[in-house]
Amino acid sequence: MPKTDLFQDAPPPPSSGAGPTPGAATSPGGTTSGRRPGAPHRSSRQDSVKGTVAKIVLLGLVDALAVYVLMMLFLSQSWGALAVSSAVVLAINWIYLRKGGLPAKYLAPGVLFLLVFQVFVVLFSGYIAFTNYGDGHNSTKDDAISAIQLTAQKRVPDSPAYKAAVLTKGNDFYLLFTDPDGKASIGSTGAPLKEVPDAGTDSTGKANSVDGYRTLNFQEIVANQQSILAITVPVSDDPADGTLRTADGSSAYEFKPALTYDAAADTFTNTDTGAVYRDNGKGAFADGNGQTLTTGWKIDVGMDNFARAFTDPSLRGPLLGVILWTFTFAVASVALTFALGLFLAITFNREDLRGKKVYRILMILPYAFPAFLSGLVWSGILNPQFGWLNQTLLGGATIGWLTDPVLAKISVLVVNLWLGFPYMFLVCTGALQSLPTELDEAARMDGAGPWRVFRSIKLPLLLVSIAPLLISSFAFNFNNFNVIFMLTGGGPRFADTDRDIGATDILITLVYKVAFGQGTGRDYGLASALAIIIFIIVATVSAISFKQTKALEDVNS
Amino acid sequence: MNGSTARTGTTAAPAAGSPATGPATAGTVTAAGTDVHQLKQLRRRTFGAWFKDKGWRHLVGIAVTVFAIFPLLYVLSAAFNSTGTLVGSNALFSKLDFGNFTALFNDPSRPFGRWFVNTMVVGVVTSAATVFLGAMAAYAFSRMRFKGRRIGLLSLLLLQMFPQLLAVVAIFLLLSGISEVIPALGLGSQLGLIMVYLGGALGVNTYLMYGFFNTVPQSLDEAAKIDGASHVQIFFGIILRLVTPILAVVGLLAFIGISSEFVIASVVLTDPDSQTLAVGLYSFVAQQRSENWGVFAAGAVLAAVPVMALFLFLQRYIVSGLTQGSVKG
Repeated sequence: MPKTDLFQDAPPPPSSGAGPTPGAATSPGGTTSGRRPGAPHRSSRQDSVKGTVAKIVLLGLVDALAVYVLMMLFLSQSWGALAVSSAVVLAINWIYLRKGGLPAKYLAPGVLFLLVFQVFVVLFSGYIAFTNYGDGHNSTKDDAISAIQLTAQKRVPDSPAYKAAVLTKGNDFYLLFTDPDGKASIGSTGAPLKEVPDAGTDSTGKANSVDGYRTLNFQEIVANQQSILAITVPVSDDPADGTLRTADGSSAYEFKPALTYDAAADTFTNTDTGAVYRDNGKGAFADGNGQTLTTGWKIDVGMDNFARAFTDPSLRGPLLGVILWTFTFAVASVALTFALGLFLAITFNREDLRGKKVYRILMILPYAFPAFLSGLVWSGILNPQFGWLNQTLLGGATIGWLTDPVLAKISVLVVNLWLGFPYMFLVCTGALQSLPTELDEAARMDGAGPWRVFRSIKLPLLLVSIAPLLISSFAFNFNNFNVIFMLTGGGPRFADTDRDIGATDILITLVYKVAFGQGTGRDYGLASALAIIIFIIVATVSAISFKQTKALEDVNS
Repeated sequence: MNGSTARTGTTAAPAAGSPATGPATAGTVTAAGTDVHQLKQLRRRTFGAWFKDKGWRHLVGIAVTVFAIFPLLYVLSAAFNSTGTLVGSNALFSKLDFGNFTALFNDPSRPFGRWFVNTMVVGVVTSAATVFLGAMAAYAFSRMRFKGRRIGLLSLLLLQMFPQLLAVVAIFLLLSGISEVIPALGLGSQLGLIMVYLGGALGVNTYLMYGFFNTVPQSLDEAAKIDGASHVQIFFGIILRLVTPILAVVGLLAFIGISSEFVIASVVLTDPDSQTLAVGLYSFVAQQRSENWGVFAAGAVLAAVPVMALFLFLQRYIVSGLTQGSVKG
């Protein structure tokens, strides 16, 4: 059967050999099977052996991979992930090894990815929204304590000078120290000091070589100055013991944390000023004046992120503006593209119009053009200083198509109209052509004019089939990241906030900027809270509108 | 495009039992919009009448066509104009040479060739896997009756309302967790990105394919089953061959979607050598939009050509696929 048949004709005719009912199919007419498309030629026995082999090989590969993953999880001591992964592996094996349960065999791979990368990540977002996860708060409290001790280092007064040599192994640099007593030890960043009794020494008693490492000469030290100066060798596994560092590649000094941690009291004390920093309950250490240490840790903050979004003065105003604009943008985009698409569909719904095909091909080109490029190309055309629109068409005008808050919004809508109308045009043409013409004729017999026929008969019928698409289109535009981000980047920025929020920002671009933006620190907690707000809005709107369309369908049928 | 295709999805299943309804549905659309043909012979064709009947349609057509293709002509002109800046690109087609294209491929800090290959690899692997996973799920939903089938279909319909990019923060953190255990699947890896994309493989695709799978008569499977074919043979040997057009549509739509995807790709792929066109071209033009314009335009043309060619080549199928979705509701 030619491939195009399904698109060309109404339902494919039943194949001659296959009876329309199971009763007919059981008659001994199986001899026609050779003519059926894709009918099996081999005996089922052979195939079941082949099938079993294929199954075993595939499952074996999956299990081999799974064992590797489980081992890595075991080594990294991620017990929770290990338990979940083991359960998944067992479930997969159970699904494919047992007899029966056929649907699960076909659904499992897709559903597995769906559960991990669509369902789980949504739940995970929900969890992150209730934490202070972000820059400065991205690990456990223990990690934060070691990090504070490692970063706030200063030289121990009157500490002895160590002789140092720079060694290399692979791509890493190591420092070889000789202490005042002549004992040699080696270490690097993240590799605490280790004594090496068999190190080779030079005439002054300075250790300068170790088996398995290569010693750097002076030129090499100069060439790699940056990375060598950055080496901080912990004296022991306990960060409170301090570190060794070199300033010139030939001598080294002992450094100790400027902040000492008191485990019993859970406080940091600044050795210079004596200031005491306590756990402030918000995932950071703070002194009496509320001054916090920059490195904090992740804690659950309850509804704080949501509360902050609607009470923080630098966020509240802009956020309300963004939500309002997100709705305006999505509704206006759907309305404009649908209006133009429908108008064009009606205009060209004439069998005898010359050049119809050419128009259609040219008009759907914007739909074929990659979406992310469209925004960038239009941003060039509309560029206020150098763009084609101002420079060539308007003869050197300086209209801020992308820099004036109102004009930028209009520009975004026009560009999105450009991107979206071909789709609506195609969809409306299809729907229009599938309307029964008898209705049209009957209405005209009864004396209805063309506008009346359209308004009272065609449009309602059209809406029944198009409405679900309009809702999906709304949901899509509600999160239409590409066109906004590529065209204006959300700008022009609001004047009443120091955050990177602008007049054309929609919620999803705001989420992206809060989570991954340049300049301001990353705030995963707040970004996830905003994403959850989008979820709730989209879910509510879809639920309401799908109910409405059901009603629409009931009314019409 | 043929209007009757749109109805295939809804009418096919019953029609399989009674073939007579097929031609009937196909026949209803041919007369659309031709109600004026009698008038045409009676009336003398003045220009005014022609304009009222058809002329304005051409006017609309020309206006909208200009709106539609102007930006494309503009970027094409800029690509072949080696002046290079945004201002210099304003005089359309004033200069034609390949300077921008050679500049595009000769800058190691901007590995355009790598981006192109990366996009193709990620796009092709993901869309192939998407088609396969989606077809398997659609086969199960269309041909088997099991507990939770209705709920499953409904949940897929609901889940596609929530695009993956909403959870981009969680995806980023999940992948950064994965990269601590298995770096090959974590942040910075294209394999990790493909896995994330496959999370969206079901959803709208399955629904679209499900409608099409239903148009293949059940009696075909049953006959094959009686001949001793296994479910795997029926799936690969019969169903997949009969629904090849929809597989092409889904694969192509997936490819187009993924080659334009920016948010997740920009977060996952940090190393310039592993990035896709969307991420690479954006970061290239975002910093110095007006100076790099010509080279960007050349890159944009090269990036768009394969997608657009594929789209126009398979245009008929895509249009049917879209309308199919529309009328099915």
